[in-house]
Amino acid sequence: MSEALAVVETAGTGTSVPAVSGARQFWRRLRAQRAALVAAAVVALLVLVALAAPLLTALEGQDPTTYHPTLIDSARGGVPIGSFGGVSADHWLGVEPQTGRDMFARLVYGARVSLGVALAATVVQVAIGVAVGVAAALGNRWVDQLLSRITDIIVSMPLMIMSLALLAIVPSSFPRPVLVTLVIGLIAWGTIAKIVRAQTLSLKGLDYVSAARLSGWGTWRIARRELLPGLAAPVITYAALLVPANISVEAALSFLGVGVKPPTPSWGQMLTAADVWYQAAPQYLLLPAGALFVTVLALTVLGDGVRTALDPRAASRLRVGTGRKAATGTGTAAGHATEKEASA
Amino acid sequence: MSGFGGFLLRRTAGAVVTLLAISVIVYVVFYVTPGNVAQITCGPRCSPEQVHQVAEQLKLGDPLYLRYWHFLQGLFVGQDFSTGTSVEHCAAPCLGQSYQTDQQVLDIILAKLPVSVSLVVGAMVLWLLLGIGTGVLSAWRRGRVSERVLTAVTLAGTATPVFVIGLVLMIVVCGQLRLLPFPQYVNFTDDPEQWAWNLLLPWLSLALIEAAAFARLTRASMLETLAEDHIRTFRAYGVAERSVVGRHALRGALAPVIALNANNVGSAVGGAVLTETLFGLPGIGQELVHAVKVVDLPVVVGMVLVTGFFVVLANAVADVLYAVADRRVVLA
Repeated sequence: MSEALAVVETAGTGTSVPAVSGARQFWRRLRAQRAALVAAAVVALLVLVALAAPLLTALEGQDPTTYHPTLIDSARGGVPIGSFGGVSADHWLGVEPQTGRDMFARLVYGARVSLGVALAATVVQVAIGVAVGVAAALGNRWVDQLLSRITDIIVSMPLMIMSLALLAIVPSSFPRPVLVTLVIGLIAWGTIAKIVRAQTLSLKGLDYVSAARLSGWGTWRIARRELLPGLAAPVITYAALLVPANISVEAALSFLGVGVKPPTPSWGQMLTAADVWYQAAPQYLLLPAGALFVTVLALTVLGDGVRTALDPRAASRLRVGTGRKAATGTGTAAGHATEKEASA
Repeated sequence: MSGFGGFLLRRTAGAVVTLLAISVIVYVVFYVTPGNVAQITCGPRCSPEQVHQVAEQLKLGDPLYLRYWHFLQGLFVGQDFSTGTSVEHCAAPCLGQSYQTDQQVLDIILAKLPVSVSLVVGAMVLWLLLGIGTGVLSAWRRGRVSERVLTAVTLAGTATPVFVIGLVLMIVVCGQLRLLPFPQYVNFTDDPEQWAWNLLLPWLSLALIEAAAFARLTRASMLETLAEDHIRTFRAYGVAERSVVGRHALRGALAPVIALNANNVGSAVGGAVLTETLFGLPGIGQELVHAVKVVDLPVVVGMVLVTGFFVVLANAVADVLYAVADRRVVLA
């Protein structure tokens, strides 16, 4: 991080910054951060792998659900035959213990579940959060009170516990990945609603919004045309940090055996039995754990980069060229302060 | 001061309303599900007579608000359950009866609570020490190699799911190096030494993840405080750097950290569920996962209410602590 910011620093100092459009400015600031760029490349690769999962497995000639009883040693409790958990030209990353299902295929299809659920859940969270936050800020006193209290309640619900509980009651015939998406999305939208409400309230007092109201625009039109663009930065910033958090939650639920259920592969679910097999098939533990780690790390670093690129306070400091110390320190502090203000 | 008293009152009322709302949501969501609620609650092995009895017990014939009122009454004044042959009294706070295990939900939770409390409290001590220590150190060593290493480690820490780090720790420490036994819960009252020895790894797994977040926050907060004028004055007066950072700056930087700690109870409870399941510790987290898998609704509802109670309590305490540290909050 600090290294990345130093790069921005050298790029920013000395040269006068020409006025550029928001999106272009964002890209320029993001590009200037080396760590964020690497993370973005990793994320792009992961998305590509997830999208191309059927293609990749076709290339390997395997699929994620076929059992290969001939590749496991049933006399030794289902250990894969061969070194490194049965790695071969046919099975690039070996096979699963006990079932003999192809690890590579399960891993790349698992990427679909992880990324798909996390992204879709983020969309649900952002949609509800923005709607509730804007409505609370623009509505009358009673609407605001009601929506803010509901948001408070949602925020104080422990996510893991509530997801576990909700997953208990829905019949198992309901498609599991969709269910996990909905559960995460419907429980964890509180913080984004608070941020949006606070931001909308401060935007509402600005002159250009008053001008729009004076020229007779309706609330709906003002919200869409004048307020939403101003909300983009904080919403994108927070959403970028929600995605890795959602990946962890999905993995955790599947690890506990209540999330995505077999035969659909999921990284968290693959880790459930990994501790039993780590000696005979170490890749059974290392691959899903590594995939989770790399994915969450890349998304977190990218999220941090997005925040740095969008935070006007951190950005203005970078432009003015105050010492790097101030810039790196306040990057996180400013973000935290925003959350505190929002919750106060 | 009246402002502060009013704030305290408002915050307490808010916490009570939140808890009531959670209980309504939980009750409605769980007992208005499609399907035969009595059959689900009673469990798959129940005879039709037993199912009928459960339906009577839950007052399924009554309208919803009456049923909820009945449930609430149980919470505050207790209620009686007839088990067919005898009548059993469930004292307040009555969370209901688990028909699948023939136990009162509160008893199930109370039996498991010491394990979870041991786990979370022990881990909390560890993560505060580790997190604040690392945060102070990296703020102090800023710009050096050691700060970059610490920053990278804490970033990796925030990106690792707790069950992954626990799994790796368990395999390396217990399986490969054989430094510790595979954890098995021992009561503190039976053998404090074995209790701590067995909980060491679960504590570490839970603490490492949470510590990373604290280290990042402490570092940011420390840097902000270190840039303030009074710190410059201390330095100008020739106060030793160790004392400037370790005493004066740390004191100013701790308020948001303490607030985060209470706010983090929710995520720590989630982490505890995973840690307990991974290490096979018989706490309320493991019990909840079990109850979810066998769809023991009364236990699930009770667990959600109890954990919700702790989280709401912690949040209220956090807000009050924050208001004590920064009186401007009261005016907001």
